[in-house]
Amino acid sequence: MLQLLAADGTYGVPKGYEKYGKIIEGLDEETLKTFYRDMARIRRFDVEATALQRQGQLGLWVPAIGQEGAQIGSGYGVGHKDHIFPSYREHGVALTHGVELISILKMMRGVNHGGWDPNETRFHHYAIVLATQVLHAVGYAMGVKLDGKVGTGNKEEDLAVISYLGDGATAEGDVSEGLLFAAVNEAPVVFFIQNNQWAISSHIDTQTKAPLYTRGEGFGVPGMRIDGNDVLACYAATQHHMDNARAGEGPFLLEALTYRIGAHTTSDDPSKYRANEEVETWKAKDPIKRFETFLRRQGVADDFFEEVKVAGDDLAKDIREQTFALQNPPMENIFNHVYSDQHPEIDKQRAWLKAYEAQMGDHE
Amino acid sequence: MTIAKFPLPDVGEGLTEAEIVTWHVAPGDHVTVNQTICEIETAKSVVELPCPFEGEVVELFAAVGDTVEVGNPIISVKMAGESPIPVLSEPDAPAAAQESDTGAEYKIPTLVGYGEASEAKSRRSRAVKPAATSTAVPVAMMSAAVASDAIVAKPPIRKMAKELGVNLALIAGTGTHGEITREDVIANASQASVFKNLTTPDAPSEREERIPVKGVRKAIATAMVKSAFTAPHVSIFVDVDATRTMEYVKRLKASVDFAGVKVTPLLIMAKAIIWAARRNHMVNSTWSDTEIIIHNFVNLGIAAATPRGLIVPNIKDADAMNMIELAVAIEQLAATARDGKTPPEDMRDGTITITNIGVFGVDTGTPILNPGEVGIVALGSIRKKPWVVDDEIVVRQVTTIGATFDHRVVDGDVASRFVQDVASVIEEPALLLD
Repeated sequence: MLQLLAADGTYGVPKGYEKYGKIIEGLDEETLKTFYRDMARIRRFDVEATALQRQGQLGLWVPAIGQEGAQIGSGYGVGHKDHIFPSYREHGVALTHGVELISILKMMRGVNHGGWDPNETRFHHYAIVLATQVLHAVGYAMGVKLDGKVGTGNKEEDLAVISYLGDGATAEGDVSEGLLFAAVNEAPVVFFIQNNQWAISSHIDTQTKAPLYTRGEGFGVPGMRIDGNDVLACYAATQHHMDNARAGEGPFLLEALTYRIGAHTTSDDPSKYRANEEVETWKAKDPIKRFETFLRRQGVADDFFEEVKVAGDDLAKDIREQTFALQNPPMENIFNHVYSDQHPEIDKQRAWLKAYEAQMGDHE
Repeated sequence: MTIAKFPLPDVGEGLTEAEIVTWHVAPGDHVTVNQTICEIETAKSVVELPCPFEGEVVELFAAVGDTVEVGNPIISVKMAGESPIPVLSEPDAPAAAQESDTGAEYKIPTLVGYGEASEAKSRRSRAVKPAATSTAVPVAMMSAAVASDAIVAKPPIRKMAKELGVNLALIAGTGTHGEITREDVIANASQASVFKNLTTPDAPSEREERIPVKGVRKAIATAMVKSAFTAPHVSIFVDVDATRTMEYVKRLKASVDFAGVKVTPLLIMAKAIIWAARRNHMVNSTWSDTEIIIHNFVNLGIAAATPRGLIVPNIKDADAMNMIELAVAIEQLAATARDGKTPPEDMRDGTITITNIGVFGVDTGTPILNPGEVGIVALGSIRKKPWVVDDEIVVRQVTTIGATFDHRVVDGDVASRFVQDVASVIEEPALLLD
């Protein structure tokens, strides 16, 4: 397993992984601070979103607490022209690619279906249906290859694709299909599995017999396990393998071993299916805490951490106010995006609903 | 000053109520945004609720142990100064108390659930270990474990138990993992409730019900009156041993040629009528006062019960069809009729009709002629009955063929011969091979 930062915050490059260490050693202090700032930001956002759900402001929230290292690290490892096909828990990755966080809450409140522009952010919409995004990503990567945007040697031109998936999704047939098509087509795609060990209430042991990083081998997709709670390992591995994909070396699979500290969503109670001791073990491996220790040893001063904390609370307050200000979309939206052109049947249905609503009177 | 109320949110997906497990605040306490104010137990979990307001607690609207419906207020807080949140109306909480008497008051609107009532009721009495409060993370990430006497049963079983009034807590499950099974629930339910779907519905409270006569019902009535009072009807019946027809149907069903085609006794009956009409052509004709028009083709009408009433579409030139074509045509005609999509042309120009009243479990009847036609045949139910074969009583599949004719055209001898011919085919379908 590639780990550059131990749980106690000690930095060290294991033998055989020197190329990854080299990537990290080339980073400046500002970049490292950005990693920390964004991990802290997204956690604070997560806590606020959970509270907002508990206050009746969101239909659902999908917490990602504990997975910040995997998400912020890998998110920054992806190039800004590359395409990202997320599952539904990649709030941290969204943050690294300029998605406005309120957009995610709009979706969880049910006022839109994910309002950000994937062409602009390169971060595609959340895939609620398990593992579909893997097929989308592989298909997109095959297209990139057909367009000749792989391995040209021109770094401005070449593109790669990354697909985020969880351990639970690997038990879906779509993932096998994606791996197969990616391999035989030598598509420029990286499969980034966040193995948070619980597929809702199903433990990883019920999802796979062999380690997940070996899942691609039979299809011809090599893989590697990384410490998902080590932001540096996640950054270095993602950057390196996205570079390789862009250069035409075909698909690769990364298994980031991490842990979902919270519930699967606000609708379940993890204490019903797993032991508290297990959670405590993983809290001790917290990605943010270990990176803070590392930064402090690097000489980063108290006021930076204080400033991040204040900024987090400001973000939370801002997000809270924005959430309360969200408006329900107009009823016409149900019909407006069904066909690109006007359609008589849709016109009929729109008129019918309008008349129906009118007869109901004003319910406000 | 603003008095803000916090209505109970749907913390799961589709929950409708929750029980207050503990209050962490009391009237007069100062609360901050996201401070844990209470724990609630829903059908899914024990959850800590964070306060959406900062200010002084005015009132708690529910006591520990109370079950509160989603949307009803649980706490009010006097907020210092202006609320950072806009004052909104309350679209989603019709059941909530409306007390807008003095001063500014607002209730934070919540998204409310959309599902069935939760099963919190059956869990209410169980002991709950309160969750450890966490000040740093004001959420229910690490909520309490539930009591160990948890009921293990799948959701459909729980639903069934609820419907049958069975208390799952009193049942020892016999499933592989000790879960409560469907059989366990049925065994513990009173027979009356298990069979409650067999009871007769209560009589409506109104003494009379009036259904406007229109549409298909009106058309049926007009046609029947016209037919019954213009054509003198004569009906005759014959009992017949349909055992060989049933065997024939069975063989056809099994044959490769008929794969995917629906084969029923009605098909043999249709074929029999076409065959018998050729031998007795007067039954396949029309009376027009000045002349009798004998049809040398068969547009075979099939009476179909549809949700809107009885209609009689017909299969054009059914006599030109082989068995498979006829089977497909019957199936299509029935499907179209069931969907209420029978076009008017399908109901015109019929020459003779078959009505399959057997599907309703009836032995026979005296059908009324479809206007314009002079013959109609009713196929009754086919069931096992004692039958005399070679002076021995044996069990055979027996049916009754009933038929009605317009006596202006068809005399008793023709009618009898025709019905006998139909009966012969039902008794011996091999006759169709002639």
